[in-house]
Amino acid sequence: MTHRIVVVSAGLRTPSSTTLLADSIAAQLRSAFDTADAQVSTTHIEVRDHAHAIVDALMVGFPTGALADALDEVTGADALVVVTPTFSATFSGLFKAFFDLIEPGSLRGMPVLLAATGGTERHSLMLDHALRPLFTYLGLSAVRTGVFAATSDFGTTAGASLTARITTAAVELRDAVLSRGHVARQDESTSVTPFAELLKGSSR
Amino acid sequence: MQFGIFTVGDLTTDPTTGHTPTENERVKATVAMAKLADEVGLDVIALGQHHNPPFVASAPTTTLAYIGAQTKRIILSTATTLITTTDPVRIAEEYAMLQHLTDGRVDLMLGRGNTGPVYPWFGKDIRDGIELSIENYDLLHRLWTEEVVNWEGRFRTPLTGFTSTPRPLDGVAPFVWHGSIRSPQIAEQAAYYGDGFFSNHIFWPPSHTKQMIQLYRQRFAHYGHGTAEQAIVGIGGQVFMRRNSQDAVRDFRPYFDHAPVYGGGPSLETFMKETPLTVGSPQQVIERTLSFRDYVGDYQRQLFLVDHAGLPVKEAMAQIELLGTEVLPVLRREFEALRPANVPDAPTHASLVAAAGASEPTEGRAAVDEWTGTRAEEANASAAGRL
Repeated sequence: MTHRIVVVSAGLRTPSSTTLLADSIAAQLRSAFDTADAQVSTTHIEVRDHAHAIVDALMVGFPTGALADALDEVTGADALVVVTPTFSATFSGLFKAFFDLIEPGSLRGMPVLLAATGGTERHSLMLDHALRPLFTYLGLSAVRTGVFAATSDFGTTAGASLTARITTAAVELRDAVLSRGHVARQDESTSVTPFAELLKGSSR
Repeated sequence: MQFGIFTVGDLTTDPTTGHTPTENERVKATVAMAKLADEVGLDVIALGQHHNPPFVASAPTTTLAYIGAQTKRIILSTATTLITTTDPVRIAEEYAMLQHLTDGRVDLMLGRGNTGPVYPWFGKDIRDGIELSIENYDLLHRLWTEEVVNWEGRFRTPLTGFTSTPRPLDGVAPFVWHGSIRSPQIAEQAAYYGDGFFSNHIFWPPSHTKQMIQLYRQRFAHYGHGTAEQAIVGIGGQVFMRRNSQDAVRDFRPYFDHAPVYGGGPSLETFMKETPLTVGSPQQVIERTLSFRDYVGDYQRQLFLVDHAGLPVKEAMAQIELLGTEVLPVLRREFEALRPANVPDAPTHASLVAAAGASEPTEGRAAVDEWTGTRAEEANASAAGRL
């Protein structure tokens, strides 16, 4: 079977170092799955493409068009890679707004690789102070190694250690996916609790 | 098939004039709309229940009784009656009273309410919303079907030897619709009791409504009330009409752009594409409404929202007039031609009485007071004897 990994990247510029990092992680994941003789497909979602639709959805309560498809990709994935720029010491507002639209509970148990970019490496702990608690709240299981890329990582010898971290994180995510196996998701909006049970629950 | 209007009773500033109606204007406008709806042949007027500004609709049975006294045939209903924060004993009493006053022209739609603070204001917790709906309706149902109720639950003081009065007219409780936007538990509840299920429909994509109604229909059949096609379904709709569709779009746009629900969000065009909102000619409203049947199936009740977003009362009245004179005659004919013979109409008081084989009692019964063991006549006689 092919494991479906969705990469959500929230860079705003073109070209974007956030997208660049997302692509590097995706490439590394494919090679990690290859090494283990396992099939993987990666789908890339650029949050920027859905910016206006995200605001609309927050206001009216439901997503439309391509955004609805993107959210379905996310909830239907076997694992996520999330990559956000660092704005004011945390993830970007647009990145958070995208995940605010995810139906509560629908990502429970899903492995995720946390990654971020920032102007300097001084922000790197945002991975663990900001990003990790968010995904813990959403019920995902974040792999131990997060990936933070500062501007300087793209042009100095520090780049080698970035590549090493990406490799480590990719292997961790692959192992999490392979050990979890495929999880059939139930659509909670149509699952039924028989009324007798609902009634019993109410008069406890 | 029944057609009607539903209103939440909001006070919203008209964005084209800056005028905000007073509470009194809004209450009187609601009555005027209901009277016109009755005159032009709509079947249902459904009022909201809200306990926070900018709404004025806190006492639906009071308003409905007043409307009932001034109308002839329109069914008085709600959209919705808050089953979570209203004492089910009060609901049982008030709606039964309304039945008697209006000769059975009453049904009601139960809803949870999604305004967080309303729950604590009435001593409840929004996180118990589903549980409150289930327990409270269980009690309401018993109060209407059982003469003497002994009951104990989680959310209300227990009842011992309680009889809700007046008893439902002709021994038949008002028909109940369970309204929900997105809770499968409520579809399950409606199916279990064989009650109606009303999907708000407006503000949501059709795919969502279709899913909820399919679920209700399947479970209705599961509980043995009939086939899935015979389940009692109602949906909302939202329209703004002009003879000419360009005029409708031009005149409605400022209201859409500033509407409390979707203002500042998606464009009018996007919202018309993604939700049932129809802004155009009466013919467009007819075509769009008929298309609901494609994903809802043959259904029994269609309610339209015509009076929100600060639209002035004369505009709402114009919409009701167009609905009654141009839209409904065609919709009735078309829907009726499409409906298979085994799909029932929405229950009414008359049909429920006929189904129950009940007849109106001609003689009242003087009940004995459980606590004193006396009847009113005896109490009166002994009091007279002491004079």
